[in-house]
Amino acid sequence: MELRARPLLPGSARGDVLRLARPLSFWGGVDPRTGVVTDPGSDGHGVSLADRVVLLAATRGSSSSSAILLELIVAGRAPAALVLAEIDAILAVGILVARELGRSTPPLLLLPAADQARLETGIPVAVNADGSIVTV
Amino acid sequence: MPEPVATLRLGDDERAMLAGGRGAAAQRAMRIVVDAARLLGADRLVEIASAHIDGCLYHGDGGVLFAELLVADGGRVAVPTTLNVGALDLVHHGRVRLTGHEAAMAARMTRAYEALGCRPSWTCAPYQAGHRPALGQHVAWGESNAIVFCNSVLGARTARYGDFLDICCALIGRAPNVGLHRDEARRATVTIDAGGLPRALVEDEAFYPVLGAWLGRETGGAVAAIVGLPPRIEEDRLKALGAAAASTGAVGLFHVVGCTPEAPDLATAGGGAEPRARVALTTAMLRGARATLSTHPLDEGAAIDAVAIGSPHLSHDEIQRLLGLLAGRRSRVTFYACTGRHVLDALSGSEVAALAAAGIDLVVDTCVVVTPIFADGRGVVMTNSGKFAHYMKPNTGRDVVFGTLADCVESAVAGRLVRDERTWS
Repeated sequence: MELRARPLLPGSARGDVLRLARPLSFWGGVDPRTGVVTDPGSDGHGVSLADRVVLLAATRGSSSSSAILLELIVAGRAPAALVLAEIDAILAVGILVARELGRSTPPLLLLPAADQARLETGIPVAVNADGSIVTV
Repeated sequence: MPEPVATLRLGDDERAMLAGGRGAAAQRAMRIVVDAARLLGADRLVEIASAHIDGCLYHGDGGVLFAELLVADGGRVAVPTTLNVGALDLVHHGRVRLTGHEAAMAARMTRAYEALGCRPSWTCAPYQAGHRPALGQHVAWGESNAIVFCNSVLGARTARYGDFLDICCALIGRAPNVGLHRDEARRATVTIDAGGLPRALVEDEAFYPVLGAWLGRETGGAVAAIVGLPPRIEEDRLKALGAAAASTGAVGLFHVVGCTPEAPDLATAGGGAEPRARVALTTAMLRGARATLSTHPLDEGAAIDAVAIGSPHLSHDEIQRLLGLLAGRRSRVTFYACTGRHVLDALSGSEVAALAAAGIDLVVDTCVVVTPIFADGRGVVMTNSGKFAHYMKPNTGRDVVFGTLADCVESAVAGRLVRDERTWS
C-alpha cells in the first residue's frame, strides 16, 4: 500500500506505525527523557514514541510541546517520523530548532485523519522525501 | 489536501537577515521563523513592538543548548523582551527541589536568556510588570495566559507560538502574519450570554475562573464575545478568566462586550455582524464547570494539606487582599503564594513581615506546577486558580480542590476544607 502525504519538513525514515486517534499534548503528555506517553487519556498511554512512525489525528495545543519534541530528539527518543492531520507549527518548531543544533530530525508530514486510519498500529512502513508512505 | 494559502514575501531587510547580514543568531532565528511562516501559509512577516518568552523554562538540555548557541552567535533581542517563569526561584534559594545536573542546567538557561538581552522579569504576568503593548500593536508573546490577556484585555496582537519561536521573533523583531495578528481571526464567532445568571453568582470572584474553564472546554479555539457582564471588571478577574480558558482550551482571545477594547458593542466584536451562534449561560453549566476544577470530591471539614495561589502570578492588589482576609491569623498548612519579583520589590516591610507571620511562603520567579516545589506527590492542595486546578494533578500528582481566595484562607487557617457554597448551591 502507498499513501501520499504532504511533506511539511521532508525527509526519509522507516519504522513501525503508531496511530493515535485521540488528541495528544506532548507537554504534560509525553516523558521528554523516554518518549513514553504519560497522558492517561491518550490511546498511546504507556507506549514509547521512540523510532515509531507516529500518526496523530489531533494535537492538543500546549505551546511547550515544541520544547518536549526538541528534548526527545536530543535524547535520541524521538519518533522516526511524525504525521499530522492538521498543520501545527508548534511541533514543527521543535524540529526546526533541533536542526539548528545539528541533530538528525524526523520528517514531518500532513495526512488527513481518514487516510491515517488506513495504517494500522504495528505495521512497518517507509516514509520517503516526496511524502509517500509505503508499507514494507 | 490544503495547499499554503499564500507565498511568503520578504522585505529587503528580512532577506538580508536571512543571508546573515545581521549576524549568525539573527540568521538562525530568521531561518526558523521563515520556515514556520511558510508552513503556516503566512503572506509576510509583521514588525513587532515587543516579545515575551516562554521558551526559557527548563524542560531538558536541548533548550539550554539552543539558548547558548544563540548567545555564542552574538544574539541580542531586537525589541523589548520579558521572560516568563523559569524553573528556579532565584530569590529564595532552596525553595525549588531541583538538584545536581538539572539545577545546573536550569541556571545556565537563566543566564543564557539574560545574556540575549531579555529583561529578567521571570513572571507569567508580564502585563502587570510594566510590559503593556498598546491597542493594535503587533507583538510576539508566549505563555497561554499572557497571550490571551495581551489579545483580549490590552488589544495588542499576538498569535499562539510554540516555545523557541518566541525568542526567534524577538531576535529579528518580526513574526509571521498569521492567526490573531490578522483582523479576520479576531472577530467573535460565538456570543456567550451571561445576562440570565443570578447577580450574586456573577459578583462572586470564583465566577471568572469558572467561566474561563467553561469557555475553554466548550468553545475551544473559537473567539467568544461575552455579553451581560459589568462594563468595569477588575483586571485581576479578567486575568483569572483568561488563564483558566487558555488552560482548558486553545483560547487566545475573548471579548467582553462593553468592557474590553475591541468590543464596544456586539456587532463590532463580531467584525461588523453579530455572531450567529449564541449560548445562554445557566447556573447549572457553571456549577458543572466548577466541579471540573476539583479532582477530589472533598466534603466540608475534610483535611487539606496545602494551599497554592498565584497562577497567573499574584498582583500587589491580590497580596493585599490575601493579607486582609488573613486578618492577623496564621495558616496551619503549607501555603504557597506565587508572584513575580516586580511585586516582591513593591511590598512594604510590614507586608513582608505580615506574610511571614501568617506562615505564607512566597514563591518568586517560578511556580508550583512548573518545577518541583512540593515535598512529594501526595495530599490535597486547595487553590483559587483555574490554571493551578487544571495542571496540579498531572504536573505534581497532588489532588486539588477549588475555592475562592476567601475559602482558601479560611481553609488554611482551619486546616480543613471550608467553602462558602451559598452562591453555588
